[in-house]
Amino acid sequence: MDNLWWIVLAMALVTYIPRLLPLVFLNNIYLPPFVNSFLQFIPFAALGALVFPGILYSTGNIASAIAGSIIAIVLAYLNLNIVIVVIGGILGVVVWEILV
Amino acid sequence: MKKKSTFSDGFKAGIPIAIGYIPIAIAFGLLAKSAGIPDYISVMMSFFIFAGASQFVGVNLITLGAIHWEIIITTFILNSRHFLMSASISRRIEQNRSKKYLPVLAFGITDETFTVASLRKEPKLSPKFILGLNLIAFSAWNIGTWIGIFLAADLPEILKVSMGIALYAMFIGLLIPALKKSHPALLISFIAIGVHSLLHWVSLFEGLSSGVSIIIATIIAASAGAVIFPKGVSKNG
Repeated sequence: MDNLWWIVLAMALVTYIPRLLPLVFLNNIYLPPFVNSFLQFIPFAALGALVFPGILYSTGNIASAIAGSIIAIVLAYLNLNIVIVVIGGILGVVVWEILV
Repeated sequence: MKKKSTFSDGFKAGIPIAIGYIPIAIAFGLLAKSAGIPDYISVMMSFFIFAGASQFVGVNLITLGAIHWEIIITTFILNSRHFLMSASISRRIEQNRSKKYLPVLAFGITDETFTVASLRKEPKLSPKFILGLNLIAFSAWNIGTWIGIFLAADLPEILKVSMGIALYAMFIGLLIPALKKSHPALLISFIAIGVHSLLHWVSLFEGLSSGVSIIIATIIAASAGAVIFPKGVSKNG
């Protein structure tokens, strides 16, 4: 296991490269409007893909995950503070797991 | 008019990330320990890699005795989505004469810090804000890892199960208010959800790893956005 050290450092490097290169090289240059628009949509596209369907499997029980999601969606729709949305989602799962 | 966002604004904005990270990091510490990974290696992983999915997969592959190259390439594929996130956030960071801080800010880009930063209202983000945001996320991840390794305090089952939804709830809490304000953003999010669902449930795409599926869905949806709304997110709706 003495080469684990090197594996960890190599993993760190290949994790850092995708974080580093675009940030340094695209920060200050002109990009055509189409590319800018593409980059502006990345957060919304990535978030959609990150949330669904992953959220269904987040608790190991699809029913309790849906219960927590519905609570979080309602609280978020009411524009409540994120911490409240997070706690509400967690409590939704807890209550479902205990009661059902 | 609005005050510039500061280091402590970033720190505060990162609190929901910390709530979500600590239990996952504890689980990572516990898993690594039970897999027989030396403690200092697990500590190093959270400190130098700082990427949840990669670390779990890494421990898994190490214990399976995977070839080194396999582990490193898997890690790279898993994290390639950060190319897109880093490119996107690069356009939002205040331009400054000095670029020295960019490599430091880059290290802290995760799905969660990227999301919180991207959905801020101010058009330009100050490096100090992002530093505060990244630092609380990084601290929570590392503290959680130590708790998992050294206190070996297994969380109660009900807490473990219910905390699994924390980061997803945070994503929802950030996404929905933003989607209410922008119809283009709403459409693009749903396209991404649709594409990712297809990749997930249609058996033809079974071989794709989740990292690759997320990248494909993100690229397709954001490209659709650029085609339908060439002027960007806000100027159309």
